[in-house]
Amino acid sequence: MSITLNNVRKDYDSETEVLKDISVNVETGEFFVIVGPSGCGKSTLLRMIAGLTPITAGEVKIDDTVVNDLPPKARKLTMVFQNYALFPFLSVWDNVAFGLKARKLATDDINARVKEALKMVNLTDLAKRKPRELSGGQRQRVALARAVASDAKICLMDEPLSNLDAQLRIKMRQEIYALQRKLGLTLIYVTHDQVEAMTMADHIMVLNDRHVQQIGTPSEIYQNPRNDFVAKFFGTPQINILPATRSEENSHMVNVSSDLQIVLDEEAPAENLQIGIRPDDMKVQLAEGVDANAVVKNTEFLGDQTIVYATLNSGNDIHVVVPGKADFRNYEPIKVTADSNLMFFDATGKRIDISKEAYVHA
Amino acid sequence: MLKSPASGSSTAPINQAETKAKIEASEKDFSLNAKDKYYALLFLGPSLLILGVFIFYPMFKTLYLSLFLTNTVGKPTVFVGLSNYINLLTSADYLNSLAVTMVYVLAVTALTIALGLLLASLASKKLAGIGIFRTLFSSTMGVSVSVAAIFWLFIFNPSTGFLSLVSTWLHLPMIGWLTDPMWAMVAVIITTVWMNLGFTFLILFGAIQSVPTTLYEAASIEGASSRFQFFHITIPSISPTLFFVSIVTLIDGFKSFGLIDLMTKGGPTNATNMLVYRIYKDAFYSGNFAQASAESLILTVIIALFTLLQFKVLEKRVNY
Repeated sequence: MSITLNNVRKDYDSETEVLKDISVNVETGEFFVIVGPSGCGKSTLLRMIAGLTPITAGEVKIDDTVVNDLPPKARKLTMVFQNYALFPFLSVWDNVAFGLKARKLATDDINARVKEALKMVNLTDLAKRKPRELSGGQRQRVALARAVASDAKICLMDEPLSNLDAQLRIKMRQEIYALQRKLGLTLIYVTHDQVEAMTMADHIMVLNDRHVQQIGTPSEIYQNPRNDFVAKFFGTPQINILPATRSEENSHMVNVSSDLQIVLDEEAPAENLQIGIRPDDMKVQLAEGVDANAVVKNTEFLGDQTIVYATLNSGNDIHVVVPGKADFRNYEPIKVTADSNLMFFDATGKRIDISKEAYVHA
Repeated sequence: MLKSPASGSSTAPINQAETKAKIEASEKDFSLNAKDKYYALLFLGPSLLILGVFIFYPMFKTLYLSLFLTNTVGKPTVFVGLSNYINLLTSADYLNSLAVTMVYVLAVTALTIALGLLLASLASKKLAGIGIFRTLFSSTMGVSVSVAAIFWLFIFNPSTGFLSLVSTWLHLPMIGWLTDPMWAMVAVIITTVWMNLGFTFLILFGAIQSVPTTLYEAASIEGASSRFQFFHITIPSISPTLFFVSIVTLIDGFKSFGLIDLMTKGGPTNATNMLVYRIYKDAFYSGNFAQASAESLILTVIIALFTLLQFKVLEKRVNY
């Protein structure tokens, strides 16, 4: 089942346009992730799809039916909540069976479905336990089993992993992904964690400041961000964004502060620009005298890579990822260069496409 | 023995003895010394004194009196053992009081809980002006027994009361609210339920409010009707609270006195002669202090049993 949003808008009494002009099409069987910083309205959007929160304007369609005025239960979907919403007074089995009993299914059918769902999430042995007797990951799996048992083909998840520790999060991420693929669910997944978005999504919607910032596949979003917000939101460590200006002598030349110079094959599109460079697209080497354009501030050794924090001569802070171990001492003068994958943004943060190769010189 | 150099070679028995000695020593550190005991008494003193004078002494005195015959000023005369109790439990009159009290207490509890729950779940709806109703529903908490009794006496008044006016308008047969044995009981039950509602409403309302909304949201997505949600989410979630208010209402019912005294004085024909009112009459009208003492102890046992039940059940269920 597919989901389509057309110009969806949400106003609250106290605040207008919490969300504006949200339009998207989620295909059948797709793992769709809505990502954004806290307070950007992503949970509200999910609740509007579920029917828990009314829509101010626009339309929500499931397959080709407009469901704006349908109550949640008529939308034939299921939802996993951040706090799992398990019934504390019911056993694992009864928690999973709850919705089926509410819909008055035949007992045999209920038993078969619950059994199957519990088996799928490896909880068969814990069926008689109460939620309080389970660990966080197990509770999470009960919530998943409930979604599986309901047999709905659309599943909504609202930050389902944010109450788990880092290790468990990676494990559950894989379990949720495997489950979605196995059952062919159309899954809409809300998170603030860009790693979850990148690792699981077929398509990502980046939401910020009431608007959709970008919709695309993880690689599109990472390699081709439409604005500086998206560029900064994805990738750890964060992308370096440096202020730049068109050179007065040569309109093909862009000065990144006073430290780097980029020569373009075309004329620089604006006087004031911002240049985005991913930390692993930069190179550092020891340098002396006029060759040096930065000073090492600090290094973090992470085993497989080292993050070098440095201050450019202009005073802008940057960080560079160096593979393996890098032996830089603090306050050591270095030369920072970059010669590929540069991103150009205008003063407002909008991405500017520059077709030709560009170079960075010291 | 512990100091022998062999203890260094750590043979098992010596180690055990050592450990034991260590534990004892550390326990000693936590035991009270003379000064601590003095402070303990100082802090406990006031409440011990008050409880002693007003609770423990009267309780033991009651027990003592219940084993004697007493004269008209309440002085014990002849030791009679348990015969006061035996007399009571074989007296039709007392058994009637017991039965009447049971009917009253059970009816009051059932009605209070049912109505309180109804009002609390109504007041939990998010509607405009719901705050006014929440205030109104809990307002009887601020009404004293005497005011409530007099207010309802007006309503039940056979010639000018609101209820008799209504019956006249609707051409219904007149009811002797406080003169007919059956209706007197009904009148007392109605008044008590009305009195209880404020407190019960407030407690149940609080309990309903504390049920996480995501439980209802999850249920409504899964297709549960609001009726199903009420019986399968609200009721089980607040069941510890429901149990608590039930027991409190029950115990309160057993102790009902003021309302009876002001409205029916135990009548007509002992139809509302509850246990506490009976104790009062036996002691201070008939001067039969011994029998009243025995009745008091029986009541104490009944209430203690319910309290015990409450502790046992709540202990088990408090965390689900």
